[in-house]
Amino acid sequence: MTDKNILIVGVGGQGTLLASRILGNVAINTGNDVKVSEVHGMSQRGGNVVTYVKMGEKIYSPTIEKNEADIILCFEQLEALRWIDYAKKDATIIINTQKIDPMPVVTAKAKYPEGIIEKIKSNYPNVVDMPALDMAQKCGSSKAVNVVMIGVLAKYTGIDKEIWIDAIRKTVKPQFIEMNIKAFEAGFNYNVAE
Amino acid sequence: MKKLLLGNEAIARGVYEAGATVSTAYPGTPSTEITENIAKYDEIYSEWAPNEKVALEVAIGASFAGARATCAMKHVGLNVAADPLFTASYTGVNGGLVVFVADDPGMHSSQNEQDTRIIARAAKIPVIEPSDSKECRDYTKEAFRISEEFDTPVIVRLTTRISHSQGIVELEERENYELKPYVKNAAKYVMMPAMAKKRHVFVEERMAGLRDYSDNSSLNRIEWGNKKIGVITAGIAYQYAKEVFGDASYLKLGMVYPVPEKLIKEFASQVDILYVIEELEPFIENQCRLMGLKVTGKDKLPVIGEYSTDLIREKLFGEAKEKLNDIEDQAPARPPVLCAGCPHRATYYVLKKLKLTVSGDIGCYTLGALAPLESVDTCVCMGASVGVALGMEKARGKEQSKKTVAVIGDSTFIHSGITGLIDMVYNKGTGTVIILDNSITGMTGHQDNPTTGFTIKGEPTKQVDLLKLCKAIGVERVKVCDPFNLKEFEQIVKEEIEQEELSVIIAQRPCALLKSVKFGPILQINQDKCTKCRMCMRLGCPAIVDRGDRIEINPTQCVGCDLCPKVCRFDAIEKAGGQND
Repeated sequence: MTDKNILIVGVGGQGTLLASRILGNVAINTGNDVKVSEVHGMSQRGGNVVTYVKMGEKIYSPTIEKNEADIILCFEQLEALRWIDYAKKDATIIINTQKIDPMPVVTAKAKYPEGIIEKIKSNYPNVVDMPALDMAQKCGSSKAVNVVMIGVLAKYTGIDKEIWIDAIRKTVKPQFIEMNIKAFEAGFNYNVAE
Repeated sequence: MKKLLLGNEAIARGVYEAGATVSTAYPGTPSTEITENIAKYDEIYSEWAPNEKVALEVAIGASFAGARATCAMKHVGLNVAADPLFTASYTGVNGGLVVFVADDPGMHSSQNEQDTRIIARAAKIPVIEPSDSKECRDYTKEAFRISEEFDTPVIVRLTTRISHSQGIVELEERENYELKPYVKNAAKYVMMPAMAKKRHVFVEERMAGLRDYSDNSSLNRIEWGNKKIGVITAGIAYQYAKEVFGDASYLKLGMVYPVPEKLIKEFASQVDILYVIEELEPFIENQCRLMGLKVTGKDKLPVIGEYSTDLIREKLFGEAKEKLNDIEDQAPARPPVLCAGCPHRATYYVLKKLKLTVSGDIGCYTLGALAPLESVDTCVCMGASVGVALGMEKARGKEQSKKTVAVIGDSTFIHSGITGLIDMVYNKGTGTVIILDNSITGMTGHQDNPTTGFTIKGEPTKQVDLLKLCKAIGVERVKVCDPFNLKEFEQIVKEEIEQEELSVIIAQRPCALLKSVKFGPILQINQDKCTKCRMCMRLGCPAIVDRGDRIEINPTQCVGCDLCPKVCRFDAIEKAGGQND
């Protein structure tokens, strides 16, 4: 396959690390070289978090630079805006419409930017947005946002669906497998036109 | 079997495969997962030690006793462990001894950006540096062999990007390593002048041997390509260099101290332009310059921060990325914040209200320095809060100590706050120390410690009683209080800072993220009662949002900790029903 650079961005506590674990498991099953670079520690305390996932024949640097991402999986609108410069012009940009106010907005020191998704859509042709939090809640838990997102992502990677479901089974705790597969299906079957 | 492993997980796997049986550590980002993963192997005894010095001493003892042993820490932890490290260099080892030290270029989660290679050189201890997860595993095993062959501790240097990146590792079997016999040998293990003088001679001879090894080891390899450009590099910088320089020639160093001088000379003689690409200090570069080689490196590249392929391209070749959109960069920052329900929020609310000077320490509670709490005045290193507060008193007198408190977490207090407190007792300090006892080591992701009553493997054990400990070292005034009882806590703080006598307040309330912590229903603001006085905003809670014309509680963020109703003078904050995990 051609190299694929996937950026996962969100807010500490949204489960982006689990999403990257699932994605990593999928990548390794495709027989490619894979590197996944995460952020731990202080930045997880409600700060912004980014995970880089790269797959291809041979991967050197584990990080993705500006204009290099084929796909950006955005767990939150503001984070989509923050990382948009990392997208290739024809990148697929998947955005959860959820908004989480950062402290400067919470304390009224800054405004949450308006019209983020419209701005991104006017600059990039391939943008998919969906209410992943609502979708996750309908599947049984707000914590499944990450797997809903993975479901949407799966559709755009061309990797066999069964490989994704297998990776979810291997990554999440046994008691949550059923709920997470439901969440994956909800993301996978999400129709942009709806 | 192929697995995708974090650098830190791959290190743990290497420790397992090498047949090691004793592993110690004090948690510290980005090194923590090394020991968390080692603890999953039943064949290896592992422990969280009270601090890095003790951790290394335990590992040294295990090595003396004939086991393969390891110790893991973050870069600043090596400062704490420097004392045993420097002398373990003289004693050498019996079973192999490998020390994992994770540097943090870019300071993702640290108070400074020091370069471990320089400390290792001062201690005359060889340094090995992997550049991906596979090498983390492979080099760990090689480190044990070097340790035993050359009778030396070996440092494996990591950086955040290596520790926290996953790569593919093909798992191997565990080596059956038998304990070496322990033989009493004062000339080797008792470092007093007569013996140490001889061991220093040995250390210098060992360095000569290690230099030869470095020249011939497979850890250092040349990848010949286009000979117009030659790049000497190591660690994560190798990965960036491969993308930037493409088909150039590379000398990839796995052993960065001592460097392979002959190999470097041979490589340099065959390329037209020589680059050295390494993060932080010009360590390899200076070695090259000492050898009289003309190199390009830190004359153009920074000694500050983390590298990237973009940064290297920009600094060396002036290449900047084209902007592909017309979206202005207008995203407000998202700084880390104390969690909703965090016990420290109450503590800082009171300290700020009383306008106290707060000598801070290392942990989640360092976030109390940020707006709107802005309570913490200083933060230096683990345990420093207590000594710094005493120093302020000694410089400015007892009146200063009536306006000053030290705040320190339970794990940090055990790590190195106890000695500071003994200094206060001994040297007649009259200050107030607040131990923020949240029943866990928080910032690094919930590790047990001597105050929690559980070992790294989750086995019940004896629990250090902070109250009895303070009393035993001579602190007569010790108060225990839940900071969420705001009025009582404020009263106690006021009383204790006024005393011309040393006192300790143990602010006891578990971390809000612990699974055992259950809060009540989430809260909402009754807009009819709210006068928009914004007292609740002073708590700096991420769930309480100022919308300008109204204050709201965000139901997806609120955990129902019930702190904010206590600061509202108009009873405007009430239970909304519903609950969050």
